[in-house]
Amino acid sequence: MSIKTALRATSAIALCAFATTAIAQDTTITIATVNNGDMIRMQGYADIFTEQTGINVEWVTLEENVLRQRVTTDITTNGGQFDIMTIGMYETPIWGANDWLVPLDDLSEEYDVDDILPAMRNGLSHDGTLYAAPFYGESSMVMYRTDLMEAAGLEMPEAPTWQFIREAAAAMDDPENDINGVCLRGKAGWGEGGAFITVTGNSFGARWFDEEWNAQFDQPEWAEAVNFYVNLMNDYGPEGYATNGFNENLSLFQQGKCGMWIDATVAASFVTNPEDSTVADSVGFALAPNAEGVEKRSNWLWAWALAIPAGTQQEDAAKQFIEWATSKDYIELVAENEGWANVPPGARTSLYETPEYQEVPFAQMTLDSINAADPTNPTVDPVPYVGIQFVAIPEFAGMATEVSQEFSAAYAGQQTVEEALAKAQAITNETMEAAGYR
Amino acid sequence: MARDVTSRRKLINTAAAWAVGLVIFFPILWTFLTSFKSEAQAIAAPPLFLNFDWTLENYGVVMERSNYARFLWNSILIAGGSTILGLLVAVPAAWSMAFVPSRRTKDILLWMLSTKMLPAVGVLYPIYLLFIQLGLLDSRAGLIIVMMLINLPIIVWMLYTYFREIPVDILEAARMDGASLKSEILYVLTPMAIPGIASTMLLNFILAWNEAFWTLNLTSVDAAPLTAFIASYSSPEGLFFAKLSAASTMAIAPILILGWFSQKQLVRGLTFGAVK
Amino acid sequence: MATKASRSAARLMMAPAVILLLGWMLVPLTMTIWFSFRSYLPLRGGDLGAAGFDNYVRFISSSAFWPSIQTTLILVGSVLVITVVFGTLLALLLDQPMWGQGVVRILVIAPFFVMPTVSALVWKNMFMDPTNGLFAHLWRFFGAEPVSWLSDASLPSIVMIVSWQWLPFATLILLTAVQSLDGEQLEAAEMDGATKLKRFFFIILPHLSRAITIVILIQTIFLLSIFAEIFVTTGGAFGTRTLTYLIFQRVLESQNIGLGSAGGVYAIILANIVAIFLMRIVGKNLDN
Repeated sequence: MSIKTALRATSAIALCAFATTAIAQDTTITIATVNNGDMIRMQGYADIFTEQTGINVEWVTLEENVLRQRVTTDITTNGGQFDIMTIGMYETPIWGANDWLVPLDDLSEEYDVDDILPAMRNGLSHDGTLYAAPFYGESSMVMYRTDLMEAAGLEMPEAPTWQFIREAAAAMDDPENDINGVCLRGKAGWGEGGAFITVTGNSFGARWFDEEWNAQFDQPEWAEAVNFYVNLMNDYGPEGYATNGFNENLSLFQQGKCGMWIDATVAASFVTNPEDSTVADSVGFALAPNAEGVEKRSNWLWAWALAIPAGTQQEDAAKQFIEWATSKDYIELVAENEGWANVPPGARTSLYETPEYQEVPFAQMTLDSINAADPTNPTVDPVPYVGIQFVAIPEFAGMATEVSQEFSAAYAGQQTVEEALAKAQAITNETMEAAGYR
Repeated sequence: MARDVTSRRKLINTAAAWAVGLVIFFPILWTFLTSFKSEAQAIAAPPLFLNFDWTLENYGVVMERSNYARFLWNSILIAGGSTILGLLVAVPAAWSMAFVPSRRTKDILLWMLSTKMLPAVGVLYPIYLLFIQLGLLDSRAGLIIVMMLINLPIIVWMLYTYFREIPVDILEAARMDGASLKSEILYVLTPMAIPGIASTMLLNFILAWNEAFWTLNLTSVDAAPLTAFIASYSSPEGLFFAKLSAASTMAIAPILILGWFSQKQLVRGLTFGAVK
Repeated sequence: MATKASRSAARLMMAPAVILLLGWMLVPLTMTIWFSFRSYLPLRGGDLGAAGFDNYVRFISSSAFWPSIQTTLILVGSVLVITVVFGTLLALLLDQPMWGQGVVRILVIAPFFVMPTVSALVWKNMFMDPTNGLFAHLWRFFGAEPVSWLSDASLPSIVMIVSWQWLPFATLILLTAVQSLDGEQLEAAEMDGATKLKRFFFIILPHLSRAITIVILIQTIFLLSIFAEIFVTTGGAFGTRTLTYLIFQRVLESQNIGLGSAGGVYAIILANIVAIFLMRIVGKNLDN
């Protein structure tokens, strides 16, 4: 390195240092978020927020699993790295109960907090206090190919049963043309295949725990549910479904390789978007199925929401941002620029009362699915927990990930369903004992 | 080497070596090619090799979404800073181990290596809490220190083996001539040790550049290097192979180019004392 | 011989490195050991008091413990065998005269520069994906059913990814050693009528033994703590949960710091057993 370059480098560093201090005088908030399409869009519009308020926004955009690991470490150690965290319906009540989040009980009049869908508001509250504002919300539903359904001579009822799903999958399955009857999540992870098999369990009358927190995987309902799923997927599912999550199935469906797909309602806007989807104009929607005679359906409830960690220095600026990003105005902003089909769905009642949005093909079914989900009463038999596709206790994420790994091993044919269920039972009871529930 | 090789033999060697080389390199080449495809072409069946519409769109999207320059700059500072700091600490230590060995030298070396076996995940909480106390979270200084400590055992060992290959006679001769410790290091040792130090620097730079646990968990904005940049492009919703490829290319290109320019040095230098 | 003065100077020069590493080892280690005797659950209020040896007993009696040790050893062992065997062959090949030697060397060492996260993502999505992966296309082209690599052959797949990353490192070190081979000795052996195989086993291999030792030692240190490759590809499912990954699950996914710390202590013990084992078996090569 010559002296000249060294000098230049030094002055560059000095300049950088100067620039940082200059910026630091303005308000800057740091937001940790997940790399989903709607959030990436929000990043793009954040400039408008900065223009309006003078508040700068720094983004830490991470893949979902990395994000969870990152924000959980930070919140439990009070690390103070973020002013806003993107978290889900599972974390919010637990963190709220620990007083780790700033309660959102003083939002402005025009924000109209009562406009938030009641299901979302309940799910993001602890003891009636809202701790995170929903950016978008979802349930799950059946998405199916209307053209293939017609060719098979069948008609999808508004509220199908699992038996009908199996019948339709058999009719649409066409290995010659690379079309699988049905695509479902099988990937290990509590938020992936774990969520799906849990709601499938619900719709067969199964539950994670009885009222004394005893694991219930040894009950016949679970065996019935998991066996049904495995048989359905082995007969009419895609190759390697044990590693398919939301994303893998989305791309399969977009490429026209699935007759049906039961998954998050937010997927509807992706599969009907002609830019990415080859089947955009032939997708129909129906409620998530249940087993014949079981009153609970297999639809879940989830929201990605924005929360403020307690102890942040920028509480006011953070609140301002949350009010902006989850407001009616933001929805209109997106609608103006990207069309109504691309606005963040499932958060506000007023959105579903907007005439333009009612014309979006999946709007009504999304709302119906969300309304059909009841986190406080998720199963046929009574349970001591809240949550549909999860159990809102701190131990659940780790335990359910291990359980779903056992299930995925069964999907891949590495063990029988009975073995997987026995291991699930052992893992769950082990964890609950360690945590002192039993 | 005075072996007589027929050109036939040379041809076979060449063909075999190129075939193996291309197979090993193929994943990187494929990533590079994919980064110029549209998302639909990236998953086309049968796969497209060169006959697609080359586009820079993915790079545009990535540049617009992320502050690539900042991630890159942080990677350079952290990898570079930890390498320089590491050398400052390691050179004296390796020097004294090599030239003034005691009975415990080998034990100390092995103990140093054993500190590398502490599983990072196991100590995440202790380190995170420590960093909060010291105010080092999301600071380049903190990461430089951690990266330096992680790689220090390897640096010390590598340097130690280089230094040991320097003939002691020369040092003795210098001492006889009345050279002080300082001039011994400066005028005798340093010139002979430079190739070893250079390849140690390279290896350490590469290791620090690619480290993905601490760099991801101890940073958020100001100090986040390219490993964090990649974490925002892995498995989002929808099709992502092309954008992931573009981001991957951007993350590995700088280090790959550095590696290529210095490959002779690496091939000669990575001995760890393996050559007597 | 070294004088007293240079001896104390030597100690002084070694001090910073030793003190720093001692600190780096002792501070987290002490904290880990402290946590491992506590019932420390951040999501349930933090430190809930002393736990005695509960965490240690619970970690080792969990049904996941022994399989994870087995997985760790298989993963490390297979990668070592693959990289050493192919690294030796590759080093010998690259040492031969050929056209474009420099370029081939560049191609071969390139994977070493790729971040583990990136290589795992690329292999998982663009090669091993059972629908859109390149392997699936290749299999279909030959009329075979595509393989679901990461579920049906999960551990071999990860072994392959990791071997791809570490093969260049082994090749580089072995190549340096091959280049220092005494050509005349080889020629003499050839004259004496020693077959290629004999020359390899009696001259080349003994010459390389020291380099191989070093490859094994250094790679073992890195391979024992493999994490990103598993995190990205299988998330520990399908029998790919190593000890490191199990600790990750206990610490971060289950948020049980006490239990995870106990696992960390076990991992340190395992690492040291492996290290001592290595030193005893192959470490003799390192003396002189």
